[in-house]
Amino acid sequence: MLERSNVVYVYDGTYYGLMCCVFESFYSHEIPCAIVADSAQQLSMLPPKFIETDTDKAHRVMRSIPNKISAKAEELVKLCFLSQLDDKELLILDFLKKGYKYGARVVYMLADDTVNKISKAVKNLTNEAHHFKGFVRFKVYDDMMFSQIEPKNYVLPLIKHHFCDRFPNESFVIYDKTHCQALVYKPYSSAIIQVDKVDLDEPDETEMKYQQLWRDYYNAIAIEQRYNPRCRMTHLPKRFWGDMTEFQSPSKLISKQKAES
Amino acid sequence: MDVFEKLKILTGAAKYDVACTSSGVDRSSGGVGVGNSTACGICHSFSADGRCISLLKILMTNYCIYNCSYCVNRRTNDIQRAAFTPRELADLTMNFYKRNYIEGLFLSSGIIRNPDYTCEQIIATLEILRNEYGFKGYIHAKAIPGASAELLHKLGVLADRMSVNIELPSQKSLQLLAPDKSKENILAPMGVIRDKIRENTTDLVRYNHAPKFAPAGQSTQMIVGATPDTDYQILNLTESLYNKYKLKRVFFSAYMPIGDNPLLPSKDTKPPLLREHRLYQADWLLRFYGFKASELLDEKHQNFNPLVDPKCSWALSHLDQFPVDVNTAEYETLLRVPGIGVNSARRIIIARRSCLLRFEHLKKLGVVLKRAQYFITCSGKITEGLKITEDIIIRNMITQSGMRFADELIQSGGYSQLSLFNDNTKVTAGDVMKCLSGQM
Ligand code: SF4
Repeated sequence: MLERSNVVYVYDGTYYGLMCCVFESFYSHEIPCAIVADSAQQLSMLPPKFIETDTDKAHRVMRSIPNKISAKAEELVKLCFLSQLDDKELLILDFLKKGYKYGARVVYMLADDTVNKISKAVKNLTNEAHHFKGFVRFKVYDDMMFSQIEPKNYVLPLIKHHFCDRFPNESFVIYDKTHCQALVYKPYSSAIIQVDKVDLDEPDETEMKYQQLWRDYYNAIAIEQRYNPRCRMTHLPKRFWGDMTEFQSPSKLISKQKAES
Repeated sequence: MDVFEKLKILTGAAKYDVACTSSGVDRSSGGVGVGNSTACGICHSFSADGRCISLLKILMTNYCIYNCSYCVNRRTNDIQRAAFTPRELADLTMNFYKRNYIEGLFLSSGIIRNPDYTCEQIIATLEILRNEYGFKGYIHAKAIPGASAELLHKLGVLADRMSVNIELPSQKSLQLLAPDKSKENILAPMGVIRDKIRENTTDLVRYNHAPKFAPAGQSTQMIVGATPDTDYQILNLTESLYNKYKLKRVFFSAYMPIGDNPLLPSKDTKPPLLREHRLYQADWLLRFYGFKASELLDEKHQNFNPLVDPKCSWALSHLDQFPVDVNTAEYETLLRVPGIGVNSARRIIIARRSCLLRFEHLKKLGVVLKRAQYFITCSGKITEGLKITEDIIIRNMITQSGMRFADELIQSGGYSQLSLFNDNTKVTAGDVMKCLSGQM
């Protein structure tokens, strides 16, 4: 029987690390009152227990999920880990506990609070990832294309395949400013790496021209008599605008050019 | 004329076409060329009118030899004209696509010289994109009525989706407003496309490498509110297009008054946006909810109720079929409950396998209880303390858009008080219309 305890697990923030927390919880028959990543701020006064990341233990837990619960449960846990949910670690622990008890049907127990929260968080993540397949904007440089996004969830792993498949012969970077990560692709390999800061030059004239053409298109396609900012806001909330070309003001280069011609 | 000018003119001329979806085909780049395609479609932006921008929606040219009264590009309209070359358009598409502005191209055109020539221009553009640039993104091409079957075939092999716009929902309206077009003229290419798609499916079974013909199917568009045609006529036509011509989508476009032709609504008429919205809701019911057009409207009730959505309207006039129990009702039955949609119905089916559902569960599953509670029971029980009178139900069914509509009407002095349905008669679309026009 697992017991509620007032201990806080601190782990390295990786999926493997979290799996070790699960291991620890079962091994010591205790349920921590929180599981926090190293880097996350610790406001709690409760005693921390540092959980070491041990590949072996992690693998044992990871194998048990498809074996004892289901492949679908494994997918849900992996996705939930990429979500923005504050207490996702504890929820995953609780979900697995229930999974070991009820087996494969745990993923269908949508009326259960934990299962419900997890499936909503996963929905939120996959929705956001889908949005970014459309909202990503590349600036084209001589030898590569660059894009910056500020997602709430960790969407890069979910949009990786889509963009690598879309531009197989280009080199590109999608920089997730929120989580300081970047998807880097060069024909024909890709990686998601930690990046703290990005410095880029002003793009060239051709790039500026297409940016302006896109802004012109964006403005010309709207029908004035149907103007409906509220509807736009529902589909495309302001938080996305900052990184999208159509909402950025033209750079000096292009306005100078226009004045000259 | 530079490309900036052309883009502005030819986008402005294309914007009244509502279709912008990029759905219906899954295709990987396979590592060669540029681009892929996702069956569910991807929205890249939303314009100030709240509509999705997925494709570069543009005309080859806005010169036109025809003179359809409802169209900005009609021959006699005094506007600036422009034309793209196939190369210019293909380059623009590639450059927008690479920057991930768009999912692909939606190319249409005014009729320049003759239908065949126009169609050839579109084909030339798509050939550059597909064959020269290796473009694997989405292409929606307008099939030009009157172009030869051979050209239509060429076009269909290059495009993912094709469309022929019906524009006006009846032959009479067509005669009046688009004298150069006829019903046959529009339906003929639709039939050709349907048959080619059918042939293609069997070809694909036989030889793996048969080129795909319009794999994302065909769609059409109808203008709403330019003519006196009723919702009943429009919805029936929509249904038969789905059945007879196997269309993937029928789009509706609220008429934007553009000229002072005495045959058309005057320039200060407001576009019937709510009506367009109701038609889309009904279209949804046909496609995903198993409704038939004849269940939603009939000879006596030819227009949708502006206050409540079509499903509610149906439910209110079929109260004898309710309540249904969420723990036992079939999926199809759940779908007919106001406040339960495709997603929540699916979730109910899944969740009730592991426990008996109670009202507090339903909210978590995405059911809109405010509306659904009057039509459902949970294991035989209704919501505790729920008062059910027809009046209360109706008040809770009125949608936000319906409310705004009513507000506007009151403000404009249309009628002084919104006292609806205090007698015992069943509510129908016609009643509400009467009520709104002050006859009740
Ligand atoms: S044929 Fe098309 S572009 Fe030409 S006037 Fe008619 S609707 Fe407009």
